[in-house]
Amino acid sequence: MTDRPVLEVNNLAVTYKTRKGDIQAVRDVSFAVNSGENIGLVGESGCGKSTVAFALVNYLGRNGRISEGSILFKGEEMRHRSERELRELRGGDIAMVYQEPMSALNPTMAIGRQMTESLMAHQGMSEQQARTACLKALADVYMPSPESVLRRYAHQLSGGQQQRVLIAMALLNNPSLLIMDEPTTALDVTVEAAVLDLIAELQKKYNTATVFISHNLGVIARVSDKVAVMYAGELVELAPSLDIFKSPLHPYTVGLMRCLPNVDAPRGTRTLYPIPGRVPSRFNMPSGCVFAPRCDYAIDRCRQAPPPLVELTPGHFSRCIRSVEWLQEKPWEDSFSFKNPSAPEAACNPEGGPVLTVDRVKTYYPMPFKTIKAFFGAEKRRYVKAVDDVSLRLDRGCALGIVGESGCGKSTLAKSIVGLESPSKGRVGFLGLNITKVAEKRDQSVIRELQMVFQNPDGTLNPSYSIGDQIATSVRRFTDLPKDRIRGEVVRLLKAVKLGENYYGRYPRQISGGEKQRVGIARAIAGNPSLLICDEPVSALDVSVQAAILTLMQEIREEFNTSIVMISHDLSTVRFFSDFVAVMYLGRLAEIGPVEAIYKPPYHPYTAALLAAVPRPDPSLPENRLRLGGNVPSPINPPNGCRFNTRCPHKIGSICESVEPPELDLGNAHRIFCHHSRKALNRIGTDSFGPDPDET
Amino acid sequence: MTSESIAEGVAPERGWQRLRNSLAILIESRTALLGLSIVLVWVVIAIAAPLVTQHDPLHQDYLHLNKGPSAEHILGTDHMGRDVWARLAYGARTILTLAPLSVAASFVLGLVLGLPSGYFGGWIDEVIMRVLDALMAFPIILLYMIIISAIGASAANVVLAMAIGGAPGIARLIRALTMDIRTREYIAAARLRGDSAFRIMMMEILPNCRGPLIVDFLLRVGYAAFYIGTLGFLGLGLPPPTPDWGGMVQEGHTYMTNNLWPVLSATLAIISLVVGLNLFADGLREESMRYQ
Repeated sequence: MTDRPVLEVNNLAVTYKTRKGDIQAVRDVSFAVNSGENIGLVGESGCGKSTVAFALVNYLGRNGRISEGSILFKGEEMRHRSERELRELRGGDIAMVYQEPMSALNPTMAIGRQMTESLMAHQGMSEQQARTACLKALADVYMPSPESVLRRYAHQLSGGQQQRVLIAMALLNNPSLLIMDEPTTALDVTVEAAVLDLIAELQKKYNTATVFISHNLGVIARVSDKVAVMYAGELVELAPSLDIFKSPLHPYTVGLMRCLPNVDAPRGTRTLYPIPGRVPSRFNMPSGCVFAPRCDYAIDRCRQAPPPLVELTPGHFSRCIRSVEWLQEKPWEDSFSFKNPSAPEAACNPEGGPVLTVDRVKTYYPMPFKTIKAFFGAEKRRYVKAVDDVSLRLDRGCALGIVGESGCGKSTLAKSIVGLESPSKGRVGFLGLNITKVAEKRDQSVIRELQMVFQNPDGTLNPSYSIGDQIATSVRRFTDLPKDRIRGEVVRLLKAVKLGENYYGRYPRQISGGEKQRVGIARAIAGNPSLLICDEPVSALDVSVQAAILTLMQEIREEFNTSIVMISHDLSTVRFFSDFVAVMYLGRLAEIGPVEAIYKPPYHPYTAALLAAVPRPDPSLPENRLRLGGNVPSPINPPNGCRFNTRCPHKIGSICESVEPPELDLGNAHRIFCHHSRKALNRIGTDSFGPDPDET
Repeated sequence: MTSESIAEGVAPERGWQRLRNSLAILIESRTALLGLSIVLVWVVIAIAAPLVTQHDPLHQDYLHLNKGPSAEHILGTDHMGRDVWARLAYGARTILTLAPLSVAASFVLGLVLGLPSGYFGGWIDEVIMRVLDALMAFPIILLYMIIISAIGASAANVVLAMAIGGAPGIARLIRALTMDIRTREYIAAARLRGDSAFRIMMMEILPNCRGPLIVDFLLRVGYAAFYIGTLGFLGLGLPPPTPDWGGMVQEGHTYMTNNLWPVLSATLAIISLVVGLNLFADGLREESMRYQ
C-alpha cells in the first residue's frame, strides 16, 4: 500500500445553477480512498451520491460546478484542470461503470471496436496489441468465448454480459481509480451476485481504488471496505464496513437498516420502520441538522446548528450530536430483534375457500411471421411460452408471493389472472366463477373484485388528470354512490392510504414516487376488492418508501381482508409479506408452498440458488458461493425435461434433460418439481446454508 | 406511521394557474414569441380589415389600373384597379379561416383513423395503414388538383380536399403516439376498471397526445396557408373575385414587369404567415421538450 491515498476529497461542495437560483447539491463531503480499497456511497435517491461521482471527474454538465473544497487524485488537484487533461484521465487512469449497461455501450459498434478504441486512444497501442489486451481483459471477467464477443454487438449480449464487458473495458487501461455508479441495480439477483463476486475479485487482483455507489445496503456490505452514508447532499456517517453494519451511530443509517425486510427473518418476526417524510428540497433545507425533521431521536439542540462530522471511534465518523451517547446505549437495538411477533396470519384462513384457482394455465404469445410460407400456415407457428402450465390456488385473506428472475413469466401470469392477457389454455377461477378471459369481456362485478397495483409509479397515473379525478373515476365505476358523495369517498380512500385531502387537486407530476404508488393503491381498493394483484409494487421505490408502502399494504390487507398476489424479484420482501410463495422458472412452477417451508430446506435447487444470491446487509455473515451460470433460456424454445437443467448446479444427468420433473408433495401444500428425492433435496439445503437451525 | 405525506407546500393547480404556466412557456421562448407576434399581426389585420383600410377589396377603379403605391392606395392597385392593401387585408380573413378549418377537418379524420389503428393494432391497423399509404403515394398537389377538379372550386371544397390530403400524416402521428401511450400502466388500469375502448382512446390517450398535436397543428396551418396559396395560383382556389392571396399572385404575375406590387405583397404575406406559424410551433416544441 502506498502512503498516500489514491483519492482524497476535502470539503467538497457542488453547486448547480437552476432557473430558481443556485442550489447546493452536495456540501462538505470529505473522504479518502487508498489503493485496493472500496468505499461504498449509500443513501436514498436525491442524496447526492451520483453528483459526488461526477464531481470526481469534473463532469457536472453545463450548469454544475465544484464550488468549494478540493479533490486530490494521486496528490494532484483535479479542480481547474483543462478539459483536455480531464479527458485523458477519464477512461484512462480513472474509469467509470454506469448503471444501465445497454445505454453505456454504443449499439452501432461491435464490442471489439469499442474496447480497442480506448486502448488505442489512451495508450497508443496498435490494433493487434489492443485486441490481445482486450481478449485478456474479457477472460479476466470470465466471459465465455471472448473471441466471438469481440465481434458481437451490444444487443446480442445479456445484461450481465454487457456489464462484464463494461467492467473489462474499465479495467483495460489499468486505472488507479474506478467509479461504479449502481453497477448491478439493473441486473437480476443471480446475475448481480456473480458480478459482485467479480468486482470483489478484481479489486484484489488489480489493487484498484474503487468508489462504489449503491442504494442497496446489502450490495455495499458485499463489496465495500468502508461505507459513506449520504443524506441530502451531506456525508452523515463514514466508517469501516464491519463497524457500520454492527453498530451504526447516525439515526439515518439506522433508519435505512430498519426499513429493510430481512430475508433470513421468519415471517411475522420483524416489523419495518419506515423513515417518515422525505429528503428535503435543496431550496428548503432545514437549519440545524438536515435529518432532524425525519429523525425519531431529534432533540431541540439538533435544530439549532448544523452538527459537525466527528470521529467517535478510530475511523468511525458521524454527523450527529447524539452519537456519543449512543456509543454506550443503543436505543434502536429493539427494532432489530427478532422477537416481535405481530401475528397477521390470522387473516389467512384456508376454511374460507379459495379466492383464486389457476388451473394448468398456459399463456403463449405468437411470434411474428418470418417467411411467406409461415404466413400461409405452411410452417408451424412459433410461440413465446411465457406461462406454461401453471396451477395454484389462493385462499381467502391470504397473500401469495411469486418470485423468480426476470423473464420467468411472473408478470404474464399476473396479467392472465387480472385480465390484461387471455390465457391460451387452462382455466382461471375466481370466487367460483370462470374468468379465463380478458377484462373487456368480464362482468363489471368481477372487475371490481379483482384489481391490480402496478410497478412503475410514473406510469401508473394519467398525467392529464388530477389525483382526485382519477380516483373518482374508479369510485363511479365501482360504486353507485350519488354524485355529491363521490368526493367524500375519494377523500376517505386518500386517507386510507395516508394521504391528506389536499392531495385531491394535485397532478401526478407534483407528487413523489411513493405517493403515486399510494394513489395507485387507493384507486385499486375503491371497489373494496377481494383480490389485489401487485406487480412489483415497491421495486422502483427507495428503501424508506418501500417500507412505508409494504406496511400500508399489510394494513389494508388486515383491514379489508383482501387476498393479495404479490409479484416480486426480491425474496426479502416476499418473505416479509406473504403466507405462501410460488417460485417460477421459465414459465413453470419450480416450487410452491407456505412461506416458511420455502425459505427452509428442502429447497428446489433454483430456490436455493436465488436465496444464496440475495445480498445481505451484514458483512460478517459467511458468504454463500452457490451461483448460477448463464441466463434464463429463451421461452420460445425452452429446454426439454426440467426447464432448469441447463443451469442447475445439482443436475442428476440425462433424466433431467428428457423427462419432466415429477411433483414432489412434501405435505402442508408444499410442492417441489424436481427429479431429486426428498432426502437429496434436504441435502441441497444443508450443503449451501449450513445445518437447518431448527434441527440443531 | 406518518408516511412521506408531509409534502412541501405544493398548492393544487387551478385552471387559471395552468393557463399561466402554459403562457410562461411562451414567454420563455423568444422564437415562439416572435412567431406568435407575426401571426397575431395578421389575425388583427384580418379581424379589423374594415378599419385598416377604407377601400372595398372588390371595388374596381378603371381610372387607376396597375398603379404603384400612392397616398390613396398605399400598396397601389391591381390590373382591375382594386386596392392591393384592401385585398390583402380581406384576403387574410380568407386564409386565416380556411387554413385552420381545413387542418381541423383533417385532424378529425386523422383521429378517427389513427386512434383505433394505434390502439387495436392487428388487422384494423393493417387495413387503415395500407389505405393511407395508397393516399400518401399521390403527390399532394396532384391529389388536390384531382379532388378539386372533380368537385369544383369553392371554399368548402378547398377545405375538403385539404382535409383528405392532410389526414394520412396526422393519422400516422396519432397512431404512433397511441401505440406508445397504450403500453402505459394507466391504460391497463383503465381497462381493469371496465372502461370501453372508446372511452380509453378519447379520455385516457388523447389528452396525453396534446403536446405534439398542438405543435403539429400549428405547423400544418402554416403548410395549409401555403397550399391554399398554391391552389389559388393554379386557379383551383377560391373563385374570383374573392380576395385570396394565391389568386392575387396568379392574377398579378402577368403584369409583373410593369407592376410588381400585387405579386410582391401577396407573396410576402404568405411567407410571413407561414414563417410565423413555423417559428411559433418550433418554439413551443423546443420549450415543451426541455421540461420532459
